[in-house]
Amino acid sequence: MTAENTQIEFKNTNFWYNSKQILFDISLKIYSNKITALIGPSGCGKSTLLRCINRMNDLIPISKIDGKIFYNNENIYEKNIDVIELRKKIGMVFQKPNPFPMSIFDNVAYGLRVQNINDKTKIKQIVKDSLEKADLWDEIKERLNFSAFRLSGGQQQRLCIARALAIDPEIILLDEPCSALDPLATAKIESLLRKLKNERTIIIVTHNMHQAKRISDYACYLLNGKVIEYSGTAEMFDSPKNKLTKDYINGEFG
Amino acid sequence: MVNEHVRQNIYFISFRIATFLSVVFLLFILLYTLKEGIGVIDIKFLTSMWFHRNITRGGIFPAIIGTIFLAIGVSIISIPIGICTAIYLNEYAKENLLTRTIKLAIRNLAGVPSIVYGIFGLSFFVLFLKLGGSLISASLTLGCMTLPWIITTSEEALKSVPLSFREGSYALGATKWQTVRKNVLPYSFSGMLTGSILGISRAMGETAPIIMVGATFFMGYLPTSPFDKFMALPYHLFILATQHSSPNAREYALGTALVLVALIFMLNLGVFVLRYKLRKKKEW
Repeated sequence: MTAENTQIEFKNTNFWYNSKQILFDISLKIYSNKITALIGPSGCGKSTLLRCINRMNDLIPISKIDGKIFYNNENIYEKNIDVIELRKKIGMVFQKPNPFPMSIFDNVAYGLRVQNINDKTKIKQIVKDSLEKADLWDEIKERLNFSAFRLSGGQQQRLCIARALAIDPEIILLDEPCSALDPLATAKIESLLRKLKNERTIIIVTHNMHQAKRISDYACYLLNGKVIEYSGTAEMFDSPKNKLTKDYINGEFG
Repeated sequence: MVNEHVRQNIYFISFRIATFLSVVFLLFILLYTLKEGIGVIDIKFLTSMWFHRNITRGGIFPAIIGTIFLAIGVSIISIPIGICTAIYLNEYAKENLLTRTIKLAIRNLAGVPSIVYGIFGLSFFVLFLKLGGSLISASLTLGCMTLPWIITTSEEALKSVPLSFREGSYALGATKWQTVRKNVLPYSFSGMLTGSILGISRAMGETAPIIMVGATFFMGYLPTSPFDKFMALPYHLFILATQHSSPNAREYALGTALVLVALIFMLNLGVFVLRYKLRKKKEW
C-alpha cells in the first residue's frame, strides 16, 4: 500500500450538521488512479464525507467542520483556498441524475462556458471527447441539440459523468450514482468507471456491497460517522478484521 | 358506519358546488358589466376627450391613457426592484433571524390595505418629497403597494427551481452568480413575470390610494410629464357611479368598467402568450 500516491488525506475531520455530529475524527488516505468505495448503512455519513471533498457542504449554512483535508498536500479548508478552482479539479456526480433543462450539448458545455471558454471549435471538440469517454457519444451523436430530459435515466447519468469530465477534473466523486438505475444501466456505468480510473481518481459512495466489490480497489466501511475499517477491497471482503464490518458485508445488518 | 364511497361522494360533490359557485359569480360579474356597459362603447367613447357638461358628447380617452401611463410607471418602479429583492433574499441572503423577519414583514406588507399606502404616499411622496399630486407620486405609491406582491411571487418562482440544478452547477465550478444567471433565472423568469403582471393588474384597478396622490376626475388635457395630474379609469368610474348627476352616468360607469376589465384582460393575455412561449424551455 505504500507505493500508492496519496491524493486526498483526511486528518481528524469532524463534521456537524445543526449541532448534531455526523462525522467523528475521520483520518484516511485516498490514493490516486484508484476507485475507492465508501460503504455503510443509510445515514452513516458516507455522502457527507464525500461532500467534504469538494466543499459541497459549504452550501449548508448550519454545518460546521474541523480538522484538515489535504488535496495534493494542500489543506482545502484553509482560508486562501478558492472553492471555485477546487471544484474544477474535483468533479461530482449525484445520486439522482440531474441534467440541466437544456440541450445535451449545452449540458456538457456548461462547465466550459462558466470558465469563459468561448472558442466554438474547442467546445465542440471537448463535448465530443467527453461524451465519447462517457460511452454516450454513439447513442446520441445525431441529437446533440435534443433536450437532455429526453434521455433515459442511465443515459442521463452518463451525461452527468460527461459533463463532469468536460472540465477535466483530477478526481470524480460519485454519490450513489446507480441507485436510481436498472441493472443494465448500472453495468454500463461500472465499466465506464473502470476505464476512467486510468486517468482519474474515483471516489464512489454506494450502499450496494456487490457494486463496491466489483469495481473498487479500496473500500472504507463507515458506521455512525466513524471509519470502522479501511483496506483493499479484496482484503476487506475476504477477511474483514472488524466484526462490525463482517456483519455488514455478510448482510447480517444494514 | 358510513360507506367510504358515500363519504367520498359527499366530499367531491361539495367541492363541485364550490367550484360551480365561483364560476357563476365570476361569469355574472363579467356578463353584467358586458350587457350594461357595451351600449356606450363606440369609437368616440374610446378616443375623445372627456366632455364635462354633457357626458354623452365626450369619451374616456384621457382616463385610458392615465391608467396606461400609471401601469407603465408602476412597472418601471416595482418590477426591477421586486425581482432583484427576491433574488437577493432567496439566493444570497443567509438564512437567519434577520432574513426571516424581513421575509415575514414583506408578506405582511402584501396584506396592508391600499388606502394605507395612499395615506403614506400622500404624506411622503406628495408632501414631504414635494412631488405633488402627480403621475409620479401615484406610480411610486402603487409601486410600493405592488412591491411585496412581486417579491413574494418571484421568491416562489425561484424556489420552484430544483436544488439539484444549483448543486450540479456549483459542482462544475460555477460561481453563485453564474449559477443564478444561467441555471436558475431562465427557469423562473415566466413565474416572475406572471406574478409581476398580476401585481400590476391589481394596481391598475386601485381607486382609493390614487385619489390621494394625484388622480383627478376632470382634466382638459393629457398628462405630458410625470409631474402632471392624471385621469384614471377606476376613479372615473367611481365618480360616475356615485357623484355624477347625469341620467346616463350609471351606463357610462359600466362602460368604463368594461374598458378597465378589457385592458387588464389584454395585459394578462399578453403574459399568457409570452409564458406559453417560455414554457417550451421548461421541461422538468
